[in-house]
Amino acid sequence: MADDVTGSHVTIPHGQKSKTFKSTSEAVVVNTHTVFSVVKRLPEHIQVDDPDVLKKLAKKLERQQIPRRLDYGYKVSLFSHLLQYSRKAPLTQQLSIPSAVIHPAIVRLGLQYSQGIVAGSNARSIALLHAFKQVISDYTTPSNEELSRDLVNKLKPYISFLNQCRPLSASMGNAIKYIKKEISNIPSQFKEDDAKKKLLNCIECFIEEKIVLAAKAIAKSSIEKINDGDVILVYGCSSLVNHILCEAFEKGRKFRVIVVDSRPRLEGREALRRLVQKGISCTYVLISAVSYILPEVSKVFLGAHALLANGYVMSRVGTSQIALVAKAFNVPVLVCCETYKFCERVQTDSFVSNELDDPDDLIVTRKGETQLKDWQQVPRLGLLNLVYDVTPPDFVDLVITDLGMIPCTSVPVVLRVKNVDLL
Amino acid sequence: MELQAVLMAAGGGSRMTDLTYNTPKPMLPVGNKPLMWYPLNLLERVGFEEVIVITTREVHKMMSTDPKTKLDIKMKLDVVCIQEDGDMGTADALRHIHQKVKTDILVVSCDLITDVALHEVVDLFRAHNATVAMLMSKAHEFTETVNVPQRDFVGVDQSGKRLLFMANEADLEDGLIVRRSIIRKHPRMHIKTGLVDAHLYCLKKAVVDFLAENKSISSIRGELVPFLVRKQFSKMTSGQKRMDDTETVDQKNDGLTNDDLFFPSRDEALLQLAQERSCWNDHRGDMSEAYHGGKLRCYVHIMDQGLCYRVNTLSAYIEANRMAPKFIEEPAVHPSAVISERFQMGSDSMIGAGCHVADKTSIKRSTIGISTTVKEKVKVTNSIIMHGVTIEEGCNIQGSVICSNAVIGRGADLKYCLVGNGQRIEPEGDTYSNTKKSILLEVSVTFGLV
Repeated sequence: MADDVTGSHVTIPHGQKSKTFKSTSEAVVVNTHTVFSVVKRLPEHIQVDDPDVLKKLAKKLERQQIPRRLDYGYKVSLFSHLLQYSRKAPLTQQLSIPSAVIHPAIVRLGLQYSQGIVAGSNARSIALLHAFKQVISDYTTPSNEELSRDLVNKLKPYISFLNQCRPLSASMGNAIKYIKKEISNIPSQFKEDDAKKKLLNCIECFIEEKIVLAAKAIAKSSIEKINDGDVILVYGCSSLVNHILCEAFEKGRKFRVIVVDSRPRLEGREALRRLVQKGISCTYVLISAVSYILPEVSKVFLGAHALLANGYVMSRVGTSQIALVAKAFNVPVLVCCETYKFCERVQTDSFVSNELDDPDDLIVTRKGETQLKDWQQVPRLGLLNLVYDVTPPDFVDLVITDLGMIPCTSVPVVLRVKNVDLL
Repeated sequence: MELQAVLMAAGGGSRMTDLTYNTPKPMLPVGNKPLMWYPLNLLERVGFEEVIVITTREVHKMMSTDPKTKLDIKMKLDVVCIQEDGDMGTADALRHIHQKVKTDILVVSCDLITDVALHEVVDLFRAHNATVAMLMSKAHEFTETVNVPQRDFVGVDQSGKRLLFMANEADLEDGLIVRRSIIRKHPRMHIKTGLVDAHLYCLKKAVVDFLAENKSISSIRGELVPFLVRKQFSKMTSGQKRMDDTETVDQKNDGLTNDDLFFPSRDEALLQLAQERSCWNDHRGDMSEAYHGGKLRCYVHIMDQGLCYRVNTLSAYIEANRMAPKFIEEPAVHPSAVISERFQMGSDSMIGAGCHVADKTSIKRSTIGISTTVKEKVKVTNSIIMHGVTIEEGCNIQGSVICSNAVIGRGADLKYCLVGNGQRIEPEGDTYSNTKKSILLEVSVTFGLV
C-alpha cells in the first residue's frame, strides 16, 4: 500500500541506470548523489523533423531489413515532430509476400494494428504476447549461439516492424521489457525445449497475473465504489471499464450508464453494444453534450492507456476534457488502470509525445458529397487526428489499480516498488 | 514459411480448341513468352522463391527442352505431372499434392495475366484470419459477358470485401435464393454479375486437409469456394448435439460443421481474449461481436483499376497479346533478330528472337514469334504470328492468328483468319475471311451487368 507521498524520501538505488523523473510539486527530497543519472534518449518517433534522427532510423531499419513507412500528407506545424501514416499504404506493400525476414504471426499482427482491427491497450498487449508465443515456439537456436542472446536479437527487428506499423503503446513496451528480461535470464545450461517451455509459461503467467487477475481485482475494488442508483459516465471503449460495469451488474448493483463518444473513432458504439447486451440501461451522447448531461451524473469512470510517472493520465483524446468538466461540476473522477501500464515517462502536455492517426479518417461523406475530398490541395488546411491526451492529476480523484485504490500522485511510489522488485 | 504457391497448369483450354489442339494452353505464346510465364513472373516479382507447378508431362517436356518455350524464371519450380486425359479438376490436383503442402497456399491459374498488387489479396487473408481470400476484377469490354449463358452471381457486403454469396446461374433453378441468416447478419448486400474471376485463391492449410478427406469436391472454383461461402453462415452445432446424432450424421458434405473447417490456431484462447478486449467491430447495428462470432470467413478483393485477363477464349488471347508489351520489360525487338533496314515497325509490335525480317516489310500492332521468317514486301497488321512461321513475299496479313510452323505462300492475302499449326497456305491465296477455317477476330464490345 503506498505511503503518503508528500514529504517522503524518494531515493534511487545506486547502480541502477535510472531515468530522471521530475518530482511533483510537493516537497520531495531527492538524494543529491543520485542526480548523476543518465538522461534518457528521446525515442525516434517523436523527433521526426530532425533529419539526423531520421537518417539514423533509416540506417537501423536497413540493417534489420525492415521497410520504412513513409509519412503522409501535410502535418500541422505543432505536431510536425510526430509520424503520420495513411491506412491505404500498409507496410506490407514493401515486403515480399511469403515474408521471410519477419515471422508471419508478426506480419499479421502489424497488419491488424495498422488497420485498427486490434485496438485498445489491453488487446494490443495480449495480441503481442500471443504473437511472441508463436515466434518462440517456431524458434530454433542456430549453432554456436546462445538462446538467451540470440532470441533477443531476433525479436528486435520484429519490434521495429511493429513500431513502424503503429507506434508501440506503454503497456506493450512494458510487456516487451518483461519478456526480454526473462529471455536474458535463461541459464545457459537449459536445453532448448525446456527454455522455450519456460518462456511460454512466463508469458502465460504475465497475461494471467497482470491482465486477467488484475481486472478481477480492480473489478472487486470498484464494485465497492458503485452504489445503487448511481449514474455512471464512461468515455469511449475501455475494456477494463466495460468489464467492471458488467461485473457490477452481475453482482446485482442497480445503476445506469451514460456513454460519451467522439469522432472520428466512435468507439463508444462498441462499448454501448457490450453494455446493452448485458442488460445495463444506457444513454449515448457525443462529447459536445457532456456539460449538458453532467448534472445527472454521480461518478465518472475512465480507462487509461498509461499512467505517467508524475501522476498524469494518458488516455484517449477527449478524456482530459471530460475530467475537466467533471471537476467543474464536482463529480468524482475514477481512473481504472492495471499496474503494468505504469510508465516511467513524464509529460505535462499532449504535444510532446502523441500519436497522429490517418487524417483521411476525418473526412465524411454525407448525401454523396465529400467536402474535404481534396484537402491536400488547399494550401493552408491541415487535418489533425490526435489519438491521445494527457490529464493532470488535479482532475483525477482516485486511481483504482490491482494494488488497491491510490491517489494519482502515488504512481512514482508504485514504480519504485516495482523496480525494486525487478532487481 | 507463410505461403506456398501452387500454379495450376494442366488445363486443357477447352474454349479455344483452335489454338490448343496442338499447343497446350500453358505454352501458348503471348507477347513471345509462354502463357505460364506471366503468373510465374507475378509470383517472382512479389518475392516467392519456389512454386509447385501442377502440369502435364507434355508441358513439362516443353518447359525443359524446347528453347522456344524456355521460361526465364529464377524461382525453383517443383513440377508435379498428372495425366492429361484424366478428368482431374483443380481440387483433385490439390488433393494429389496434399503431402507437399505444409502451410497455407496461394493457388494461381496458368492463364492469369494481371498486374494486381498481390499484397491486397494476401493482406485480407492475413489480417482477418480468413479461410479463403480471392481476387476478382471488373470485366473489360472485350469479354463475352452477355454471351456466356451462365452468369456468376457474387454477393459482397457493404465494405466490398467480405464474400457473402456465390453461385452460378446453372445451379439456381428456382431463382436466386438468399438465406435469411445471411440477410439478418448483413442487411446490405451488393450482388454483382459482371466480375471476372481471376482464379487466384489464398487457402488455409486446413482446407487442403479437408479436401484430402472429402473426395467428392473436384473443382475449386465450381464447388469448393461456393461451399465455403455457404458454410460461413450455417449453424454451428453445439458439442452436445454432435454427440447425440453421430450415427445419423449426413454423409454428404453439408453435414459437416464449421468446427471441422475452422483452423484452430495455436493458443486460440489468447486470440479470443485479444479479440474480446479490442474495441473493433466489422459491422454495426446489431448485438453481435466482430464477424458475428463466425470462425469461417471468405474475403474477396475486387480490382477496379489495372489489368486482369484470363486467357481462356480466343478474344481474350488476342487482347492479351495486345497488352503484353506492358508486362515485359525487354525491348520490343529482340537483339538476336536479323532485321533489314527498310522496314517499318509500329511501336506496339514485338519481334521475337532469331527472326529474319527482310526489306520493305511493314509490321504494325503485331507480335512476331521466335525463329520466324518474314520475306520482302510483307504487310502484317494487327496479327499474332507464332513461332517458326515462314511468310513468303508479298503477303498481306490482317487481323489474323498464324499458329506455329505454318507456311504462308507467296502473295497470300489473309484477313481475320486463324491458320492452324503446320498448315500451308497456297501461294496467291485469296482472301480467306469468313470461310470454314477462319474466325472473326474483331473485338466485340459487350455489356455486362455490374
